[in-house]
Order: sequence, then C-alpha cells, then structure tokens
Amino acid sequence: MDFVLHPLNLVTFFPLVGVLVLFFINPARKNALRWTALITSLVTFGISLWVLTLFDASNPDLQLVIKLPWIQVAGWDISYHLGVDGLSILLVLLTSFLTPISILSTWTAIEERVKDFMLFFLMLEVGMMGVFLAQDLFLFYVFWEFTLVPMYFLIGIWGGPQRIYAAIKFFLYTMAGSILMLLAILWLGINQGTFSVPDLIAAGGIPVHVQTWLFLAFAMAFAIKVPMWPLHSWLPDAHVQAPTAGSVILAGVLLKMGTYGFLRFNLPLFPEAAVRFAPTMALLAVIGILYGAAVSYSQQDIKKLVAYSSVSHLGFVMLGLFALNPQGIQGGILQMINHGLSTGALFLLVGMIYEQTHTRDFDVYGGLWKIMPVYGSVMLIVTLSSMGLPGLNGFVGEFTILLGAFGSNAIGSPWYAGLAAVGVILAAIYMLYMFQKIFLGPAGSIVETVKEHGHALRDLNAREIITIVPLLVLIFWIGLYPKPFFTLMAPAVDKLVGILQMAMH
Amino acid sequence: MTQADFYTILPIILLVAWASALLLVDLFIPKGRKGLTALLAAVGLAAAMGITLTQSGHTGVGFSGMVVLDGFSVFVNLLLLFTGLLGVALAYGYVKRLGIERGEYYTLLLFSIAGMLLMAQAADLIMIFLALELLSIPLYVLAAFAHPQAESEEAGLKYFLLGAFSSGFVVYGIALVFGATQTTALSGIAAAVSAGTANTMLMLIGSALILVGFSFKVAAVPFHMWTPDVYQGAPTSVTAFMAAGAKIAGFAALLRVFSTAFPSLAADLTPVLWVLAALTMIVGNLIAVSQTNIKRMLAYSSIAHAGYILMAFVPFGNPDVAPISIAAGLFYLVSYVLTNFGSWGVVIALEKAEGKGLNLDDYAGLGRKYPGLAAAMTIFMLSLTGIPPTLGLVGKFYLFRAVIAGGFYGLAIIGVLTSLVSAYYYLRVVVIMYMRDGEPEATSEPWLNLTWAGMALATVVLSFVPSFVFEWASQAVMKLF
Repeated sequence: MDFVLHPLNLVTFFPLVGVLVLFFINPARKNALRWTALITSLVTFGISLWVLTLFDASNPDLQLVIKLPWIQVAGWDISYHLGVDGLSILLVLLTSFLTPISILSTWTAIEERVKDFMLFFLMLEVGMMGVFLAQDLFLFYVFWEFTLVPMYFLIGIWGGPQRIYAAIKFFLYTMAGSILMLLAILWLGINQGTFSVPDLIAAGGIPVHVQTWLFLAFAMAFAIKVPMWPLHSWLPDAHVQAPTAGSVILAGVLLKMGTYGFLRFNLPLFPEAAVRFAPTMALLAVIGILYGAAVSYSQQDIKKLVAYSSVSHLGFVMLGLFALNPQGIQGGILQMINHGLSTGALFLLVGMIYEQTHTRDFDVYGGLWKIMPVYGSVMLIVTLSSMGLPGLNGFVGEFTILLGAFGSNAIGSPWYAGLAAVGVILAAIYMLYMFQKIFLGPAGSIVETVKEHGHALRDLNAREIITIVPLLVLIFWIGLYPKPFFTLMAPAVDKLVGILQMAMH
Repeated sequence: MTQADFYTILPIILLVAWASALLLVDLFIPKGRKGLTALLAAVGLAAAMGITLTQSGHTGVGFSGMVVLDGFSVFVNLLLLFTGLLGVALAYGYVKRLGIERGEYYTLLLFSIAGMLLMAQAADLIMIFLALELLSIPLYVLAAFAHPQAESEEAGLKYFLLGAFSSGFVVYGIALVFGATQTTALSGIAAAVSAGTANTMLMLIGSALILVGFSFKVAAVPFHMWTPDVYQGAPTSVTAFMAAGAKIAGFAALLRVFSTAFPSLAADLTPVLWVLAALTMIVGNLIAVSQTNIKRMLAYSSIAHAGYILMAFVPFGNPDVAPISIAAGLFYLVSYVLTNFGSWGVVIALEKAEGKGLNLDDYAGLGRKYPGLAAAMTIFMLSLTGIPPTLGLVGKFYLFRAVIAGGFYGLAIIGVLTSLVSAYYYLRVVVIMYMRDGEPEATSEPWLNLTWAGMALATVVLSFVPSFVFEWASQAVMKLF
C-alpha cells in the first residue's frame, strides 16, 4: 500500500484512475467526460503540490526516491526508479498545472469524440510526468516514447486540415532522434553495468572519445524535441495543426522534455563532452534565437508566429544550459517554466479567438481592442511577458540567462550573449507587430464576416477567464518575486555545476 | 529402442497419431459441423502441450542421438503448440465463413506442427531434413486450401516450387557436410571440426547451403521472393499460422545447427549473417512502405522481422554474447508470435469473401465503429514498430543489446533506422483507422475475438513483466552452450 500511495507514484499514475472512469462513461455525455477529466487533472495537480510540500529545497539530491527491481535478468539492472530533485520539481508542477488548464480550454472547442480526446490527454499526462521523474534510463525511454502515442492521436484526430501530415511528421522526427538515444542507452547499460541515472553519474569514468558519441546520440533525441535549429521543421506543422489544448501541452511541456533531457542526462553523464560541445551548442542556440525571431516576423498565421517564437525562446533556454554555470542553468530552468506559461497562454488566447472566427490570418484582423477589451488586455500582458518586459516573468529568465552566458567560461566568448540580446529586441518587434495587427488600428474585415454569420464577436466568457487567470498570476509572481523558484532549484544546480567544473579542469 | 526414446518425442507421436485418427473421425462428422473437428484438433494440441510441460526440466537423447529433449526444445515446442492452438482458433470461424470448411484442414495443421516439433528436437541433419519436409508438405496443401480460388492455388504452387527448391539446397548442404565430416549427427560434426579432421572447404560450402535453404523457409532477403505472393494468396488463417510457425521452426533449426555444430565457423559465417540480417531488415521494411494490401504489407513486415531475429545469430560465435543473444532471439519470437497472431486476427475480422476487405482503405473509420478492434490493431502496430508500452519494444531492446554487446554497432544502427522506416507504414494503418472516415464491416466470432483481444492484452501486460519470459528463454538456451 505504501508503494501505491507513494506521492511520486500517485502524481504519475493518478490520471489513469480518470482513464478508467472515462471508460465507463457513455460517449454521448460530453460534459460528464469533461468534468471527469478536469477533476482528475486537478487532483493530480493537488498531488503535485503535496509533493512540493514534501520536497526539501535545501537538498541537492534526488528525493522521495522509489527504487524497485524491474528487469533483473542475465546481467540486466533495470529498476522502476522514480525520484525528484531541484532540476525536475518545477517541471512536474508545470505539467500538472498546464494539464487542467488545457482540458478547460477544450470545453467548447472539442465537440467530436470527446471521450477519446480526454483518454489520450490523461494518458499523455502520465507519460510526461514519467519523463520528468524517471531515474532509470530504460524507464525514461519507455515514458519518453510513450508520450508520442497520445500526442500523435491528439494532432491526427482533432487537428487542422493538414493534421495527418503533421502528426506523422511529429512522430517520425521524434522517433528518429530517440532511436539513436536508445542505442546510446544500451551502450551505457552494457558497459557501465547499470541503467540507474544517479549511479551512472556517480560512477562516471566514460572515456572522452566515447562520451562524444554518446553525447551526440542523446543530443540528437533532445535537440529534435526542443527543437534546436536546424532540426525544428516538424514544430510549425505540429503546432499549427494541433488543437489548442494540444499546442499548449506541446509548447508548454513536450518541448521542455528536450531541454530537460539535456539537463538531466547530457550535462552530468557526459560532462567532458558537454564542456567540449558548449560553444557549438551555444552557437546553434543563438542561430535558433535569431532565426526563430526573423521567421516569426514574416508569418501570416498567428499560430505559426507563436510556434516560431518558441524556436527563438527555446534557443535562450539552450544558451543558458550550455553556459554551464549556475546563473545560466538556473535561468534556463526558469525560462522553461516561463515559456510554458507565456507561450501556453498565447496558444490559449489564439485558440479562443479562433473558436469565434475560424481564421488565424493577420490580414482580416484589426481593432479588436474596442470590441474585446478584456481579451485585449490579457493578450497585452502575455505579449509583454513573452517579449521579456521587466516586471514580468520572461525578463527574469532571459536576464539571468544572458548574465550566465556573458560570464561563461565554457562558451568562451561574450559575443553569443550579445547576439542573443539582439533576439530580445527582435522579440519585441514581432510580438508588438502581432499585437498591433490584431488589436489596434481600424476594425478588420473579420468583424463584419462574423456579423454576417449572425453573431457578433464577444469578449472572454467566465470559463475562458478562469482558464487564463492562473497563468497571469504566475506570470506576475515570477516577474515580481522569482526568489522561491530559484530557491527550489539552486542546490541541485550547484551540484550539477560542480560535476561540470570538475570536467573543465 | 526403449521407453526413454519414445518419451523424448511423445508429444510428436501423440500429434501424429491424433492427426491420423482425426482423419478417420472426420469422415463421420457431417458437413457443416466441422467445428467439431477443430475442437478435437485443439484438444490434441492441448494434450501435447500438457505432455511437453511435464517434459520441462528433463533432458535426454533419443534414438541413438537422432533427437534430443532439452530446455530449448521444450521452450520452442510450447511456443509451437501455442501457435497451433491460435491457428485453430483463427481458422474456426474463418474457413466456415469463406466456404472452405473441410476437416482435412485441421489434420494437415496437426501434421505440420508435428514436423515443427521434430525440427526443434532434431539433433541430426537427417532428422532436420525429415522434419523440414513433414512441416512443409502440409503447408503447401494448406496454402492452396481455398481451391478453386486462383490466388490460393497460385500461392500453393509457388510455395511448393520454391519450398522444394530450398529443400534441395538443404539436402545438398547436408551431403557436403557429411562428405566433410563423415557424420550427420550435430555433435559428431562439432567433434570432427574441433578435432581438425573435417574438410574445411566442403564444410563451409555445406553450411552455407544449409543456411540458404533455411533462409528460404524463414523468408530472409534475398530468398524472400515467394513470401508476399504466398502470404497474400493463402487463406488468411493459414498465412497467420505459416508466418509464425514456419518461422519459429526454421529459426529453431538454425539456432541448433549453428550453435551446436558450426560455432567454429563463426569467423567465416558472421559476415554472411550480418549481410543477410541487414538486407532483410532494409528490403522488408522499404518495400512494405509502398503496399496497399494489408496482407502484403504484413508479409513484408514479417520479412523485416525475420531480419531482426537474424540479428540474434550474428554474434553466435562469441561465447560471451551468444547465450543472451540467442535468448533475445527466442524472446523476440515470443513477442512476434503474439503480435503476429493478433494482427492477422484483426485482418481476418475484416476480411470478406473473395478477397474483399483487405485493402488498407477498408480500415477507414474502424476506430469509430469498432473501438476495441482498432485499439487492438493499434497495439499490434506499435508493438511491431517497437513503441512502448508493448512487448515489441522490450524484444527490440533485448535484441539490440545483444548486438551492441557483440560490438556490431553498424548492424544496430541499421536495425534502428529500419525501425524508423517501419514506423511510417505501421502508423499509416493507425492513421487510416482513426483519422479517415469510412464504414467498415467486421465479423465478430467468439474464438476470433478472444484471439485478438487476448493477444493485445498479452502484448501490453507482458511488456511490464517481461523478466520471467526472458529468464525462461535464457534457461532454455543455456544447455546449448
């Protein structure tokens, strides 16, 4: 019983209880299905808060560890091994926080096959939690690959007109990276004798030339997921075609699985290789920042703009991580959360207007602030957060990252940070451009088009406001008082940096 | 000949006797009630299974070294008998529905399984050949069982011609090996090779010819040409049985021959096996991509999977890796059997008379109309690709581990890249089932439903507790080394 009620088991597998209940609900009772899924995900969020209360922020090591032998035959050492530390606690919270919000956003948007949708969504949550908690490489791989399946269905069944293409592309791209990681995992398991991540880190001692290959194999899987330039081309398709809730989770959590992978595996397992690759990774990150920003600016589709802005924002995260110093990594982790909140909110907002207008083309929009003042204000806050205005969350993350990258010995040149700072300016340009196109100026043709269909554009309703407010609260909280968030991760980051410092000398 | 001799092959004796009796009994079963024959056949298989279970833990040699009984044979025999039971379950309603219900079906099936069991137990090249013919000839007939349908007849004839051809290779190989070593007993061959009395050249050519012969049987590239046509033309219940049973038996024979008789040839044969495995994976998966008929697609998929299993043979000369590698091969066979029968079961559920309902497009809308069937098929497709939470992933994990432990990184990379290719065509089935609209019609029969649902459940559940199967497979191969 202790095992079943272990907080990490509960937080990972509680959504399956919802899945089980959903099975027995008549598919026609859509609201019952929605409420079941929502309550399940809210309980899961509650459990994650319980995990937070049990979490000791001053302890740099894994906590609440569960380790049970799983596959232990013929020299295998695979365990069912979960644990949480400062690197993952915030991502666990982010996952359980964004899931109910996403479910709430589907209330009127998803009318077809609601039951299947909720089933896949809750299964996806299990997979994501598992990814952030697994401390055994095989277990991690299982969760990692498993997240592909529900997401594939979410895009493929409920997505836009090009959904099948986007879903398959998403699946194949991600799998292409992860199968190389599988081989690297196997190599580690065979030659180091264990699949346990903490044991592997403690043992160390992988020859540098092997580390290079293993680093590249893992990096391939994670870089596609992040996505880093030039492996990003699946992302715009997947984002644009996915239903709103899918985009929110995709941007909010699934992309973080990539950056988290670098943090959890590439840096501590192959520290020498990480040091050696730091300038290359920083270069790719900076290219991603500038490229993502430039391409965002030239989009006609609002969702595509937000999608490309993710490429840019995740570039910041990668730059921070590969600064390999405390500020950089802390900023990187915080920026993962920030991006989840801001971009998640952007996708939600785009979805809300799309539900009314059924178009995302900039040209038909304009002057919406007069008609939808609440929507406009919320959008302004989120836009400013996304472009890094001081006082809001994005600024804290980006500033810390740039600070880290400027002083980074591993990257070796302040130029990377300097170029990345240009990205902040570019972000301001394309975000404000988007805001202006939609909300300012004369009323766009969409206002008339909607009227012709017999109903006027309405402002946000209560449910939509409830969906978005929690995100706004966090956006302000992190922007004004980020200390508690840094406190949670600091000891674990210091421990990681310690490992990297050893490798530098 | 003593009692012990008979005990070693008791399940085979039982099956042959049962099959012969069934042939007579069937005469008295009225037309249209041939389900009874199926039931009786299943009873026979179950009885043979029971006897095999009592044999587990026993080891022995029978008939002056012609057959052996060991952990390996018990493992493979159980798997084969299980395959037989599933074969009967799939055929039960299917042959009735397609109007080809004749009692001989089950008799032939039993004879073929008897041959497969013998194959797993043979310890002498002559016995291997005997077993090969005993398992193949009923299969030739079964492939043509939908006579007078042209496709089925063509399948039977093709299978017969190429099967006979491949038997020729095996016999010629056996003759050369005999010439090289003056014996056909596997242990004698090994002894002659290690004593240095064997003629290496003849031995090498002989073993290569045997390898070619069996490559035909397990459908390895470039000896796979018959597979798609035969798999497509044969009645689907036969195809399912053939794809699993004949493969298991072929691999069992290869395992035994190569691990007991030819390990000293590893240096010469490993590159050959490497190329064979790589080609089989690449060609099987690439051609499967362009198929529009589900039976043909699964045929190519089975070729590709033969390639994955062949990977387990590549490190066979390395005594450190060979046991886990072969155990991984056996594990993969188990996972393949479960997934294979499940997916063929779904195909049977959708198949209509005269070869209708076999195009991928006929699966459109399945997810909506038959959620259970579609979910099961999704599980099988994921398992064949190697995506969690399915047994296929665990199987591939074990296999790749053996290959990497053996140091064959190139082959491992080919293996994972071809898996990626396979994801494309397996996923296409899922796409069509869930993301296209259509009005499919599926048949619901108790035994059929039990098969696909049971296999789907097993594929998922066993992926969480795979250890005992692997442990069992490891113990089974331990005695071989």
